[in-house]
Amino acid sequence: MDTAQQELTAAEQKTGIELSGSQAVLEALIAEGTDVIFGYPGGAIMPIYDALYDYNDKLNHILVRHEQGGIHAGQGYARASGKVGVVFATSGPGATNLVTGLADAQIDSTPLVCITGQVFAHLLGTDAFQETDVINITTPVTKWNYQVTDATEIPEVLAKAFYIAKSGRPGPVLIDITKNAQFQKFEYKGYTPCKHIRSYRPKPIVRREYVEEAARLINSAKKPFILWGQGVLLGSAEQEFKTFVEKSGIPAAWTILGAGAIPTTHPLNVGMLGMHGNYGPNVLTNECDVLIAIGMRFDDRVTGRLDKYAKQAKVIHFDIDPAEIDKNVQTTVQVWGDCKETLPILTELIEQKQHTEWLAKFNEFTRQEVEAVIKDELFPSSEELTMGEVIQQVNELTNGEAIIVTDVGQHQMVACRYAKFNNTRSNITSGGLGTMGFSLPAAIGAKFGAPDKEVIAVIGDGGVQMTIQELGTIMQFNVGVKILILNNQFLGMVRQWQELFNDRRYSFVNITSPNFVKVAEGYNIPGQSVNDRESLKSALKTMIEHDGSYLLEVMVTKENNVFPMVPQGCSVSEIRLS
Amino acid sequence: MTTHIPNPEKQEYNITVYTENQIGLLTRIAIIFSRRKINIESLNTSPSEIDSIHRFNIVITESENVVSKVCRQIEKQVEVLKVYYNTNEDVIWQEMALYKVPTDEIAEKAIVERLLRENGARAVVIRHDYTVFETTGHREETDALIHKLQPYGLIEFVRSARVMIIKDSEGFNRKLREFESQEPGHEVVENEYLNSADKVFTM
Repeated sequence: MDTAQQELTAAEQKTGIELSGSQAVLEALIAEGTDVIFGYPGGAIMPIYDALYDYNDKLNHILVRHEQGGIHAGQGYARASGKVGVVFATSGPGATNLVTGLADAQIDSTPLVCITGQVFAHLLGTDAFQETDVINITTPVTKWNYQVTDATEIPEVLAKAFYIAKSGRPGPVLIDITKNAQFQKFEYKGYTPCKHIRSYRPKPIVRREYVEEAARLINSAKKPFILWGQGVLLGSAEQEFKTFVEKSGIPAAWTILGAGAIPTTHPLNVGMLGMHGNYGPNVLTNECDVLIAIGMRFDDRVTGRLDKYAKQAKVIHFDIDPAEIDKNVQTTVQVWGDCKETLPILTELIEQKQHTEWLAKFNEFTRQEVEAVIKDELFPSSEELTMGEVIQQVNELTNGEAIIVTDVGQHQMVACRYAKFNNTRSNITSGGLGTMGFSLPAAIGAKFGAPDKEVIAVIGDGGVQMTIQELGTIMQFNVGVKILILNNQFLGMVRQWQELFNDRRYSFVNITSPNFVKVAEGYNIPGQSVNDRESLKSALKTMIEHDGSYLLEVMVTKENNVFPMVPQGCSVSEIRLS
Repeated sequence: MTTHIPNPEKQEYNITVYTENQIGLLTRIAIIFSRRKINIESLNTSPSEIDSIHRFNIVITESENVVSKVCRQIEKQVEVLKVYYNTNEDVIWQEMALYKVPTDEIAEKAIVERLLRENGARAVVIRHDYTVFETTGHREETDALIHKLQPYGLIEFVRSARVMIIKDSEGFNRKLREFESQEPGHEVVENEYLNSADKVFTM
C-alpha cells in the first residue's frame, strides 16, 4: 500500500481520497512539520502504528522505554526547538503514564500534542481491557483535550490540537482516538491548519495606554528592577527584550525557566531569582521602587512570603495570560499581551538611561555572595568535589554553548546558578512541577530538537534512577546525549531541609545507587566515575569530546547545602547565605 | 481542633459563563472549583437563546478576590466565551420547586386555595391519588412551602438550580446573535456506537 499524498489535487480535494483515521493522523503530523514522534505502541493504538509502518520515510518515530520517558522527551524536544512535541501512547496504562509529563508541561507552558489510543467507541464505559477514562484523568493537566470516536473528525481536531498547543500561552493537548476511528476509512479532503477558534483568544489585544502608563512609571523610577521569565522565550522575544533592557539600563534577573534569554555574562543580567537564586536580586526586590515583571508568574519559589514581597514597589506585569495578572502579586500597571508585541512599544517610549549607582548595589551584593558562598562552591579548598566546581568545569569546556538539561533537586539549583548560558533555550529543566526523572528523557528530546548542540543531562543520583530505563532509548537510537550524574549518595535537597529544619533527622534520604558505569556499559554506553579533582577535568573533556552518548558519574561531597536560601515562609530579603 | 471562623468578606456570587456546547466542558469548569475546595452551591447549565451557545449559572460563597481569580481561570478555557460574576444585589434570581402531595389529604385537611395564594404556587397536575404544586422564588420562599406541606404528607420534593438575569446586561442578546451569525457554532459529536456493540468487529 502506498502512503497517501500530502498534497491533493484540486479534484481530490473536492471528492476526497479514501484514507483511514490512522493515516489521517499521520498526514496531519506531516502537514504540521513534525519531524520526530516519541512513543510506545500497544493494543489500542495499533492501527496508527500499522499506518506508521508505511510512513517511516517521512516520520521519525523514537521508541522510548516508558511513556513517561516519551512525554518528557517530547517536552525536551519542544523546549529546545520551540516546536510542538508529539507523543504517542496506547490506552489505559500507556495513557496514565503520560500524566506526570502532562502536568509538567501544563505548569511549564510546554507545547505538546499527545495522541493516545482508546478502546473501541462501543466499549467505552464497559471496563474493557486497557480502558481508562483518559479524557477525565487528563482534564486538569491539559490546555485542551478531546476524544475522537469518528475518523471524519481527525483532520480538524488535530489542526485544532496543534493550534491550541502552540498559540498564546502554550500547553499540552491530548487527543484520545478510539480504535474504530483509527480503522475507519473516510473521504479525506486534505489538511487545513487551524488559525482561529471562535471561543478562544490566544493573545489579548494590546492596549497601548497601559504600555504608556508602564513607560511613565519606568521613566520616573529611581531604582527599577526587571524580572523576566519563560514568556520571553515562548514569545521568541529575546531580541526585543534585550533591546528593552539595554535602552532602559535596568538590572534584570531571571526565573529558572527564563534563563538564557539574555546571556549569563550580559552586564545587566544580575542573576537568578528565588529560593536558591542570587543574593542581590532577592534582597533588592524589597528595595526597588518599580518592579517590571515580564512573562513570569510570581511562583511561590520566586516570591517567598507574599505579604513581605516588594511591598514598597509599584509593580508592572507584562503577561500573555490575563489569569496570571494579579493572581499572586497585586499590580499597579498590567500590560496584557504577547511581549513580542508589547516590548517594542515600551522600548520606543522609554528614555535611554543608565542606573549606575543602583546597578552597583547589585554588584556589591554579588561580591558578598562570591565571598560567602560562590568562592567555596566553585573553587573549594576541601578535598571533596562540589557540584558547583563540576558545573564550572563544564562551563570552561563548553564555553556556555551547551544545552544543560537538569533534573530536580540540589544539582538543579547548582546547575541553574552556575551554568553559563550564552543562548536562549539552553536551560531545560522541570521548573513548576519539580519532576524527578525529567532530565534523562528530556535530554533525549532536546538532542532531537537541537541536533547540532551539545546536550548535557545533569542529574542527581536519585532522579536518574527514576527514568534510567531510557538508557535503552539512547542505545537503540544512538542519541548523543552526555549524562553527568552528580552523586552525593543522598536525596540531597530533602536532606538539606531535614538538616536545616528537621534537626538533622535524616528520614529516608540515604539512597544507594547501582554502579552507574556498569549499568551504562550494559547499554553499550561508555562511561567512568571520578571522585577527585585531578581526574575531573579530563573526565569531563573525555565525555564532551566523545562522539556519541557518554555517562560520567562524579562523586561529590555528601552533605553540602545549596546557598543562598530563602527558607520557606520567609521573605526574599531574609535570604540566608549560610 | 480548629474552629470555623466565618470570613466576613465572603458572600454569595452568581457566576455566568457562556460556552460552546462541548462534551467534557462541564468537568473542565467544575474542577476549577473543586481544585480549590470551593463548594458549588447551585449549578444550572442549558442552551442559551442560541442553541450552540450554552449558559452556566454557578453560585458559590466566596470573597470577591477569590471569585475574580476563579472567573479568569474559567475564561481561560478554550471553549469558554465569556464569564461574569455578580453579587445577589446585581441580579434577579429564581429557583423553581415542585411538591407532590396526596390529593385526599390536601383536599380534605388544607385550605388549598389559601395555601396556593399565599405562596404564589400553582397546581401543575391534579390526580385522584396525588397533586403536584409548583412554586418559583428565592430559597426562603420555596422552603416555606415545604414546611406548610409537610403536615399534609409531602411525598416528594425537588428544587431546581438557580437561574438569574443580570440587571445590567444591556446588549447581551444582540451580541450573542451577532457572534453566532458571524461564525456559527459546530454541532457536538456524540458517540454513535454505544448501542451497536454486536455489529462491530473488535480484536
